[in-house]
Amino acid sequence: MTPLTPLSFYGEPLPGVDTSELQGKLIVIEGPDCVGRTTQINRLRAWLENQGHAVLHTGMARSALAGKGIQQAKEGNTFGPLTMTLFYATDFADRLENEIIPALRAGFVVLTDRYIFSLMARAIARGADRAWIEQVAGFALVPHVVYYLRAEVKDLVTRVVVGRGAFDYWESGMDLRFGSDMHESFVRYQSRIIRALDRMAARHGFVIIDASRNPDEIFRDLQRRIAQLFAPARARGAAKKAARNA
Amino acid sequence: MPYFVPNRNPGKLIVVEGIDGSGKSTQLSLLSQWLRSQGVAVAFSEWNSSPLVRDTTRRGKKKQLFTPTTFSLIHATDFADRTERYILPMLKAGAVVCADRYAYTAFARDVSRGVSRKWVRNLYRFAIRPNLAFYFRVPLEVALGRILGGRTAIKYYEAGMDLGLSRHIEESFRIFQGRILEEYEAMAEEMGFFIIDATRSIEEQQKQMREIVERQLGESLRSEVLRVQWVSSSDSTYAA
Repeated sequence: MTPLTPLSFYGEPLPGVDTSELQGKLIVIEGPDCVGRTTQINRLRAWLENQGHAVLHTGMARSALAGKGIQQAKEGNTFGPLTMTLFYATDFADRLENEIIPALRAGFVVLTDRYIFSLMARAIARGADRAWIEQVAGFALVPHVVYYLRAEVKDLVTRVVVGRGAFDYWESGMDLRFGSDMHESFVRYQSRIIRALDRMAARHGFVIIDASRNPDEIFRDLQRRIAQLFAPARARGAAKKAARNA
Repeated sequence: MPYFVPNRNPGKLIVVEGIDGSGKSTQLSLLSQWLRSQGVAVAFSEWNSSPLVRDTTRRGKKKQLFTPTTFSLIHATDFADRTERYILPMLKAGAVVCADRYAYTAFARDVSRGVSRKWVRNLYRFAIRPNLAFYFRVPLEVALGRILGGRTAIKYYEAGMDLGLSRHIEESFRIFQGRILEEYEAMAEEMGFFIIDATRSIEEQQKQMREIVERQLGESLRSEVLRVQWVSSSDSTYAA
């Protein structure tokens, strides 16, 4: 498991950041589209705030700098794969430097809906060179923990059908031009995303959360694990031992 | 130039680099006109000109939202958009693409802002390798004289004001341009720049540029690139 403190960078450090000042906790919720991340984060946030933690909730394309620009680019018909990757990287960097790091400095719990892993998975699904994108995203802080809400593509399809009721152009990877069938394109694209995330899960030690269960079960699972993060070190050791023996 | 993708297209890529006030844009414009007059299909691309990214860059500059990292990334996004939608298709079509500034500008500026040299060079690894890269070498004082004498206002980021080098914009500009110049000089050999002495007369510099283009690309300009049969003397510059 990722050590709790101090935080470090994956690659070249960001200029001007002293990581020893970062007292908060950086918790990442990762997973493919439609897996139910947002529902979980909203519940976790309310729960953490009830416990007295200050929480920053952030997610992709919400930066002051690039959020609007990405939205506009998605509405047009000319968003190329490299451009998309770098636009999202700009958005992420802006949130990291102007929201996440200041919040960690102030001792907040930062709950982030996706991190560099989705960004990298989307780039890889679109043919980007793995080593290139890993280096580009290397200015990211290594989070305290990454919970990977993992599901099979068929579970995602179910959620699209009974939840949203429609396939989204970008979530279906229609820009990859697999064909005009949105369902088929969704399956192919999301399979690539899941494959890329699975590889990262092994490499970066994500905590895998079975997201095929019902939302209440997933929430209780996450709640139990996050509670351990805040427990004193000895209790955490005991809890880990118990979890291993369970 | 180990970082870029080789240009395997019929078109050719010619880029100009140098600090502000080195005279590179004037020279590129004269070169493009000369190429057009020879019947070559010429395309032009300028640094920081992608319509997709324009509003974001404007917002960041106006509200001073940029850090060295986001400044670097938004320019790379701009460059990626121009590469995917303009430079690459034009090269595939056989055009001679003339670029006013290229990835080297990011290498010089972003590193001068404190971004890691290794990181920014990796960032632009997807760029097409230029067939010719001209570097307009000019002493700092000469370039500063041209800029400070000829324009009213230096802009915030152009002067590196975000770095807190000095509270006076002209002084900050001077220090920042000095750093950029050092970066250009340090990479000149590694990147295989054709160096033009930018203190010489405009005519002499242009003559030298044309000789280099003829020597390096003459054969492909006649046989490989896209040519226009109906050359008009009033052909205007086409901007990306």
